[in-house]
This record gives sequence, structure tokens and C-alpha cells, in this order.
Amino acid sequence: MSEVRVLVGTRKGAFVLKSDENRKKWKVSGPQFAGWEIYHLKGSPADPDRVYASQSSGWFGQLIQRSDDGGETWEPMGNEFQYDGDAGTHQWYDGTPHPWEFARVWHLEPSLADPDTVYAGVEDAALFRSEDGGKSWRELPGLRTHESGPSWQPGAGGLCLHTILIDPTDPERMFIAISAAGVFRTEDGGGTWRPANRGLKSEGLPEPEAQVGHCVHRIAMHPSRPNVLFMQKHWDVMRSDDGGESWREVSGNLPSDFGFPIHVHAHEPDTIYVVPIKSDSEHYPPDGKLRVYRSRQGGDEWEPLTKGLPQKNCYVNVLRDSMAVDALDDCGVYFGTTGGQVYASADGGDSWSPIVRDLPPVLSVEVQTL
Amino acid sequence: MRIRVVLPAHLRTLARVDGEVELDLDGHPTQRLVLDALEARYPMLRGTIRDHATLRRRAFVRFFACERDLSHDSPDAPLPEPVASGAEPFMVVGAMAGG
Repeated sequence: MSEVRVLVGTRKGAFVLKSDENRKKWKVSGPQFAGWEIYHLKGSPADPDRVYASQSSGWFGQLIQRSDDGGETWEPMGNEFQYDGDAGTHQWYDGTPHPWEFARVWHLEPSLADPDTVYAGVEDAALFRSEDGGKSWRELPGLRTHESGPSWQPGAGGLCLHTILIDPTDPERMFIAISAAGVFRTEDGGGTWRPANRGLKSEGLPEPEAQVGHCVHRIAMHPSRPNVLFMQKHWDVMRSDDGGESWREVSGNLPSDFGFPIHVHAHEPDTIYVVPIKSDSEHYPPDGKLRVYRSRQGGDEWEPLTKGLPQKNCYVNVLRDSMAVDALDDCGVYFGTTGGQVYASADGGDSWSPIVRDLPPVLSVEVQTL
Repeated sequence: MRIRVVLPAHLRTLARVDGEVELDLDGHPTQRLVLDALEARYPMLRGTIRDHATLRRRAFVRFFACERDLSHDSPDAPLPEPVASGAEPFMVVGAMAGG
């Protein structure tokens, strides 16, 4: 019988939620790293017992933890994230130059094939790689030193590299996304990068259709179609059918096209999920109703999924890394909220129930199907 | 010379120690010698008290001893005699900023 393991990062520790393939009864364990911010945990696709975690605190900085037994026990790994050479400056909120300063690791993306290789997306935005299971980290400086780097500016959460997508057909080809710079693509394993933002339009920029500067909140890909990308931007839900060369808006009939996460069904590459949020200053669902929206056409036409979700007086947010799917036949969909609930659907989003209701604010959700 | 170090709770958990840490030093202790010895014994603490590269104290960390704030003393200044003798601990303290 299959097992599902949900890895939850919160403002005050990490939790591991486990169930069998029925996904009805759950065992909740944690907190691990109690009191620390856990921005992200993710397991290696090549060895599911290998799990990496980003542990940080305003007092004591960044740590990387590694488990080799599926999250039961952990060991601290290397935590030295030094930018390569003179880090230079990016744009500050007021438009003045601001030195690049490491703050934290937002996202860990293990290699699809090698459990010891893992990428880290950090704030201030840069991409690091470890090839020794997290013991040491080296920046891939071609991204940060892109000619547009001095113009990048932080979003409200900081200048963060929050999404790393690896092309399953070619591990040298990757997409990353930065708030607020946009999407970049590499074809040479991270040596050189090109912006991939044509078609994006952001009213907060002096040049709304600029090549770089967009506040991309998350991008998603189905592994069977690495040239089709979906994006939740600050405002607008977007789609690319040419590997990020161009984007078109697919917000369609969403009640708001602001939001953070976007995710793809495990078995239906054109079934995608978003959680509309009212606005960039009102970070809660429209009308106090927590609704996941699903499109079965890869965008444009959306249906609200409400069964089991609060439909009045709900004012939580769902952050960008807080949605995931499992790989069981009837695809499970999961998301966590800033109110500490983790909701699960075992039927592709038709109905939902909380696995746990009262965790600290949820920063990330990842799922392993074992 | 054996000196005593008090760590904040989160760093005790990280280093997997209970209570105070005792360190043997060669020569009169300074902040730098204490932290060097502490990080050598507990490598997981590297980067949590002071920056890896610059060795500057992290902004939300303070150093106290003998009811004095030593945070802004030179890292190479001799620590007070009661710390050197082990009568008083060198305290690594997280800033009072709950969150």
C-alpha cells in the first residue's frame, strides 16, 4: 500500500503528516526545529528518505538540515552561503542601489537524479548548488551577475529566488523565478541565464512590459510537458507554451487574479490550481470565502472548489510554496494557510478536509508519494 | 584555562548540549578565542553567532559577562578575570525581541 508524506514548513518549526493511500487518517509529528522559521522542506526524488530543510531565524541566521530517514532524525549541514566575488548592488524599494546581502534560503530543489545534488534559491536573489548532500554550497553566479541584476528590486517579502524548476528531459535546462525580477532560463546547467518574461505586464513598473522587473509569485510545470509553464504573477495568471519565450494571460473568470501558489495536477497536465487572493494589500480570499480554483483547460476557464473549505469569515493567506500534489491515481491536492490549517483533497480538489487546523502560519507544503 | 559559556536555548538545542559549555583555552580568553574554541567543538554553531566570512557578531546576538555588556568590545580584548578563572560564565544572548 502506498504512503503519503506531507512536509510542512511553518513560522515556528517543521511538521510531517503521514497517511496511507486512503488519505483519511493522518499522523501528525513535530514540531522539528521548534521556534525556527522553516521556509521549505523537500525530499529527493531519487531517494525519498533524503529530505532537506531550510531552517532560519532572525537571531541566529541560516541553517540547512538533512534527514536520511524521511524526516525522523536530522543533521545540520553546511550553512555558508557566500556570494561569488563582489556581490554589487540591486535596487532598493526607493530605487537607490542597495548591497546584495544574504538573508535566508527560500527554496530547496533536490536534483531529480542525484540525492547529493540540491539547489538553493536564496534572498537576496541568487542560486546556490551543493553536490555533497548540503555540506558545502557554491553560488552559480551567472544568474545574479546577469546584466539586469542591478535593476532587480525586492517584493514585499524581500528579493527572493523562490522557484526552481528542473526540466526532467534535460537537467541542464532550468527555470527560476525571482520577486521582483521575473523568470530566467538556463540551458547550460546554470552557467548563463536569459530572462523569460515576454508577454508579462506589470503596472508597477515604469515600463509595464519590461524584460525584467516583474513580481512573479510562482511558476509550475508538469513533468511530461516541460515547455508548458504556468505562472501566478503578483496580478495575472499566465501561461507559456514555448518554454518561457512568451506568455499569455489565462486569468479568465477568476474572481481575483492576484495570488501566490499555482500547481499542476499529477496526471492531467492541463489541470491547474490557484487560490485567488483579494489584492496585493488585502492578503485574504475575496468575500471571506476560501476557494481553490481549478482549470481543466490549462487556464481561461476556472471553477471554484469549495466543498469542505470555509465559505464565510475566512481571512487567511496561502503562500507561494504552500501547495502541492501527490502522485496517487486519484491525485491528492494539499495546501497550507497562514492560519495554520493544512487542507487535503483526495479527489483532485472536488472536496477538502483539514489534516490539521492549528499549526503556526504555514510557509511551505511538499508531498512525497512513497 | 577552563572557561564557562552559556548559550541561548536554541543554540543549546542545535549543539545538543544541556546547561553550560566548558571550554579549555590556551592563554587569556578573548571573545575571538572563546568563539573559535566553541565553533571548533560544535561546528554546527558556525554562522549562528558571528558571520562566517567577516566574523562580525550577528545583529541580534549580544555578549554579556560579569553583569556587563561586552558586545561592542574588541574581539581581541581580554575578557574579565572572573571569566578567565571560570568563576563567571561568558554569556551568548539572543536580543530581547520576541517573535
